[in-house]
Amino acid sequence: MSDMLNSALPGAGFAGFVTVNEAGLRGMITLRGDLSSPVLAGVLKDAMGLDMPAQRRVTQAGTAFAAWMSPDELLLMLPYDQAGAMAQKLAGALAGEFATVANVSDARAVFTLQGAAVFDALAKICPVDFSDFAEGDIRRTRAAQVAAALWVSGADQVTLVCFRSVAQYMFDLLCAAAAPGSEPALYA
Amino acid sequence: MLTLTCPCCGVTAEETEFSPGGEAHLKRFGPGSSDQEYEAYMFNRKNPRGVHFERWRHAYGCGKWFLAARCTMTLEVFGTYAAQTLEPPAEIVAKIKDRHPGWEGYS
Repeated sequence: MSDMLNSALPGAGFAGFVTVNEAGLRGMITLRGDLSSPVLAGVLKDAMGLDMPAQRRVTQAGTAFAAWMSPDELLLMLPYDQAGAMAQKLAGALAGEFATVANVSDARAVFTLQGAAVFDALAKICPVDFSDFAEGDIRRTRAAQVAAALWVSGADQVTLVCFRSVAQYMFDLLCAAAAPGSEPALYA
Repeated sequence: MLTLTCPCCGVTAEETEFSPGGEAHLKRFGPGSSDQEYEAYMFNRKNPRGVHFERWRHAYGCGKWFLAARCTMTLEVFGTYAAQTLEPPAEIVAKIKDRHPGWEGYS
C-alpha cells in the first residue's frame, strides 16, 4: 500500500544529460469556475496574494503559484502543509459562487528537470514544439502514455506534474529520456 | 499527421493529444421522435471523401470539446471553432470554398 505520509518516490533522482528529481510533497488545489469572474480573482488575491494567470501562464506570490490549466480551471500550488487549510478558506470565500475547490495534493506527483537540454529530453516523450516555450509558461500534454503538465519554472528548469499513480512510470520514462549520450540536440 | 489548434486553450498539437468524437453538427432525435429519425441520428453518418466537420476533444490538454473542419483526403485543416456552434462559421465555409470550388456546401 502506498505510504501517504510521503511523496510517491521519496528522494528519487537521476543525473543524465538533464537531472531528474522527484520534488517531494507539494500542496495542490484545483479551483474550477469562471476565470473571468472578478469575484474569483478577488478571492485568489485576498487569500493567496496571487494574480489571475493569463492563458497557459503561471503567476507567483512568494511560495504560492497559480497555473492556468483550462478555460475554467486553475491549479494552485503551495507548501503541502498549508493546502488543507487554504482549500477550506477558499471554499468558504467562494460559497455561493459557481466554483469548486478541491485539495488534490495527494493525487499528484511532481518532478523537477534541470539542465540546458531539458527540452531535448522532453521532446522525446511529449508531442510538443518547445521552441516558443518561455519561463512561466505551462502546457498540459502527454508524456508517452500518461497525462502531464509541463511548467517552465526557472532557467533551464521544467516542473512536471502528473498523477501519483503513474509516478514510477513517469520517473522511469524521464530517466530513459535523459540517458547520457542520447541527446537529440534539437533545442540545446 | 493531423495538426489541430484547440480554440479553447490556443495550443497547436498533433492528433495524439486529442481524441476524436465523430461527426459534428448532428441534431439529436431522442424520446418522441420517429424510429426513422432516431435511426438516422444514431447510425447514419456522412463519412465523406473530402470536406468533413468533426468533434474533437483536447483530451491530454485542457479537456475541452471543440469542432474542426478538415479534408479527410489531404488532412488539411480549414479551421477549428467552439463546440457551441450550430453550423460551420462563415469564414471557415469561405476558406473551404476557396480551396474546394466544387464543394457542394454544408447541409
